[in-house]
Amino acid sequence: MINRIRDRVNANAALVRRGQYVSLAFLLGVGEEDYLVTIDKGRVSSVEPRRLATVTGRFTIRAAKTVWDEFWKPVPKRNHHDLWAMLAAGIAKIDGDLLPLMQNLQYFKDVLAAPRPPREG
Amino acid sequence: MPEFEPIVGRYVRLNVAGDDCRIHVEEAGRGIPLVCLHTAGADTRQYRHLMCDPAITDHYRVIAFDLPWHGKSNPPLGWRDREYRLTTDLYVETIRAFCRAMALARPVVMGCSMGGRVVLHLALKHPDELRAVIALEGADRVEPYYELDWLHRPDVHGGEVCAAFVSGQVAPQSPDEYRWETLWLYMQSGPGVFKGDLYFYWYDGHFDDRSPKIDTARCPVYLLSGEYDSSCTPERTEATASRIKGSKATVMEGIGHFPMSENPALFRKYILPVLDEIRGTVR
Repeated sequence: MINRIRDRVNANAALVRRGQYVSLAFLLGVGEEDYLVTIDKGRVSSVEPRRLATVTGRFTIRAAKTVWDEFWKPVPKRNHHDLWAMLAAGIAKIDGDLLPLMQNLQYFKDVLAAPRPPREG
Repeated sequence: MPEFEPIVGRYVRLNVAGDDCRIHVEEAGRGIPLVCLHTAGADTRQYRHLMCDPAITDHYRVIAFDLPWHGKSNPPLGWRDREYRLTTDLYVETIRAFCRAMALARPVVMGCSMGGRVVLHLALKHPDELRAVIALEGADRVEPYYELDWLHRPDVHGGEVCAAFVSGQVAPQSPDEYRWETLWLYMQSGPGVFKGDLYFYWYDGHFDDRSPKIDTARCPVYLLSGEYDSSCTPERTEATASRIKGSKATVMEGIGHFPMSENPALFRKYILPVLDEIRGTVR
């Protein structure tokens, strides 16, 4: 699923436009794996496993792999459908410099949800 | 002929805690007064679907008003030098002042989120002024999970961040049309207003220690909460119901924190039986 983020975001012109002032990298933790998501003017340049301990981003978003697997379903169950719902339920964590996240919160929520298949009907 | 909706909007003047307030009020229908209270950082438009539903307006006079600082109601004079902060006492007195100004006799009061909380305070303090209360997404206690300061600061767009904070409170099943209309209201809210409301919702309004004192024989209490609500969760709603003897709680499947505005077609299946029961059983 995580491999879909780049293409799904970049194919969504409206989402890229909403993120036009976002140029940074953040860490996305999926279970024990950390990925560095690099964004340039709203487009996702790369999503790569974190290879070196010194590689980091402005902020980090982490949850268990089972949580992300549910999050990326077409209709996730409650507490798993949204990053803030996951925070409220205590099953996700955010760290680092939260300012750019807050300044573009809906954009980042939509980037995270980009791999989600459309719901039917 | 213009295609008017049945909703009529006007302004009413009232005094709350020494402040003269110009209040925007909307209403539709005839019958038992049903006062509707919007959520934090929003306004009366959340209730527009109820006001256009003859199954409701044939029996109820549905009335919604924008709290001071919200929607088309002005903030009080001198607002520029005040920090807006909603307290339990101010909220309760604002609703009572509105009902007096409108000469409403024992209305049903229905509120959502912080409105769902305050109706429980009303039921405790002023049961004889009410026919019944309906708490949508209303619990006697919730637990904060973010810092309110993010909602009002110069380096973060207040409207955008307020909407983005609550966007996950809309259920994934809700139609996109209504999801984004619900969030638009948050984007339009005045600076610091959502934050000031949450002071009541997250801190000042807790009263799980007093909610067991509510007498549902004097004022019936209905609790309806959405499955996808992450602040007033189904568990917190059921815990509240267990503390308020005689209250009736329902978990609405496939709905989030904004039932009346995010999924009006689904919500009416849950609210119509409640309104019918009140009409049929409460004098």
